[in-house]
Amino acid sequence: MDRSAPRFSSVGAGAALELRGVTRLFGALAALTDVTITVRPGERRAVLGSNGAGKTTLFNCVTGDFPPSSGTIRFFGEDITHFPPYERIRRGLRRTYQISALFPGLTVRDNVYLACRGVSRGRFSPLRPGANDALMHATESLIQAVHLTPVREQLVAELAHGQQRQLEIALALAGAPRFILFDEPAAGLSPTERRELIEILTSLPAHIGYIIIEHDMDVALRVVESVTMMHNGRIFKEGLPHEIEADPEVQELYLGAGHE
Amino acid sequence: MSLVQGAHPQTTQPAEGARAALLAWPEFNKPAVWLVAVILLIMPFIASGFFLIEIFATTLILGTIALSLMFLAGYGGMVSLMQLTIAGFAAYMVAVFGMSANTNISLGWPWWLATPMALVLATAFGTLGGALAVRTEGIYTIMITLAIGAAFYYFTNQNWAIFGGHTGINTIATPKFWGVDWRSDIPYYYVTLGVAAFCYFAVQYVSRAPFGLALQGVRDNPRRMAALGFNVNAHRVAAYAFASFIAALGGVLQVWNYRQISPGSVSVGACIDILIIAVVGGITRPIGPFIGAFIFVILRTFALDLLVKFGLDGNRFRLLIGLGFLAIVFWSSDGVIGLWERWRRRATATDKRPGGGHGHG
Repeated sequence: MDRSAPRFSSVGAGAALELRGVTRLFGALAALTDVTITVRPGERRAVLGSNGAGKTTLFNCVTGDFPPSSGTIRFFGEDITHFPPYERIRRGLRRTYQISALFPGLTVRDNVYLACRGVSRGRFSPLRPGANDALMHATESLIQAVHLTPVREQLVAELAHGQQRQLEIALALAGAPRFILFDEPAAGLSPTERRELIEILTSLPAHIGYIIIEHDMDVALRVVESVTMMHNGRIFKEGLPHEIEADPEVQELYLGAGHE
Repeated sequence: MSLVQGAHPQTTQPAEGARAALLAWPEFNKPAVWLVAVILLIMPFIASGFFLIEIFATTLILGTIALSLMFLAGYGGMVSLMQLTIAGFAAYMVAVFGMSANTNISLGWPWWLATPMALVLATAFGTLGGALAVRTEGIYTIMITLAIGAAFYYFTNQNWAIFGGHTGINTIATPKFWGVDWRSDIPYYYVTLGVAAFCYFAVQYVSRAPFGLALQGVRDNPRRMAALGFNVNAHRVAAYAFASFIAALGGVLQVWNYRQISPGSVSVGACIDILIIAVVGGITRPIGPFIGAFIFVILRTFALDLLVKFGLDGNRFRLLIGLGFLAIVFWSSDGVIGLWERWRRRATATDKRPGGGHGHG
């Protein structure tokens, strides 16, 4: 591919996420074509690309929301290509959704509690959590981490957009995530909320890697160490943030002529 | 596991009130609830045998069966029309394994063996039906559960070996022990009250336990639940199992009440009555089905006389139920409970206006 390829595509059992020749067809339309990506544990990467470049489809293939038509996906060395979504999540994979996918009829705390419960045992427990339930403590500290403590009793349907985006992130941080897929977490956020988002992302423990889809280059390039550029369902370019930013082809394709 | 330690000097005891809210039974703070509970307990001293059994015990039985639908529909978003069929299956199993006049069918087991057997088999039956139904969503769930209900009705009509054909099974024995005939009016009333209360509190309790919360998550957003680590279909099937057990309890009570079971009790019309009861009462709270059942039983019992008094055909009592159903669905998407809550909210809003107090809940 290009000169930076060996740095990011090195084959190794130590990869957090490894996609080999992943293709996803919707009828005759190829939303993803032969995508091969390797991400190290703890690596933080941005996926850029115009609308329809296949970024969200890539996420859906990795989480199993839509399984790939062909190709293999490995998560920390384990072949998860044919796993149902919940099995992938239980192995430490997490994601957020571009359009908030929350539980509007439940309170903020119930939402976060469900996220914590989903990746631990006792999902079917008919017993209410006791006074010293560890998951209740985890829930409260997670709510605090995304600055939602004042509204934790409110129904999610009543929250402001920015608060729903923060809750969306909280759900992905529950339990012990090893790798997170953030789908445009900054969409529709105010400048203040963006700063808070950057703070949350940069303060994640170093062992947690992530891929972030983000149109806002200011956000994206401050929270990642590598960039994958997608175009028409294919990997177009991979490199360091400053390389991608300076790349004339990328500017032509993604940023548009008006950016100069 | 704080992710941004020290960054936010928040109060350190946020969990206290939270836990209290999660563990509490908000119902018990209201005097009206205690009043209703006391009235239900002393009912045998107020009401005659007819009212006790035909009105109140029947309300509690239909309410329990409708409660199982409320659990599935309100918390799980799954409208199942086979809840009465599961109850009817349990009733048939009590007749088949227990004692009845149809000695060629009934195995003659004592009630304490026949009843658990009936509950287990009916729960298994409902769980299997649920396992089929969870492969579908929305209107297709309604269709498939209605199909199961209709199939069971026609099967009981035609099967003579086990279900006694269209005449059903008659003179079914009811429990007698500790020197008490549990089918005599007052003990039977307390049995139904106990079972209904048990089911009501079980649903109420489970709704705030991980299982019930997760079910509400499945209702709101199944895809996200999968992305949180939940096996959505397994959860739905488990919900059917839980609801089937409740419906089966209602069915056992019903067969003890009438002492006979025939296809007429499991007809498609009766299945739909359960839906009407749940919707009229309201499917967001466990109390809804019991309110709906009370309204239904009152109308069914007295509308006939009322219509005759106005010179109309008494058999048109279903017309009244239908009109009431239409009116309630039209005015409130959440049945009588919804109307009541709206009225309460308006009342409290007027109360609070002078003080200018704001707050939610």
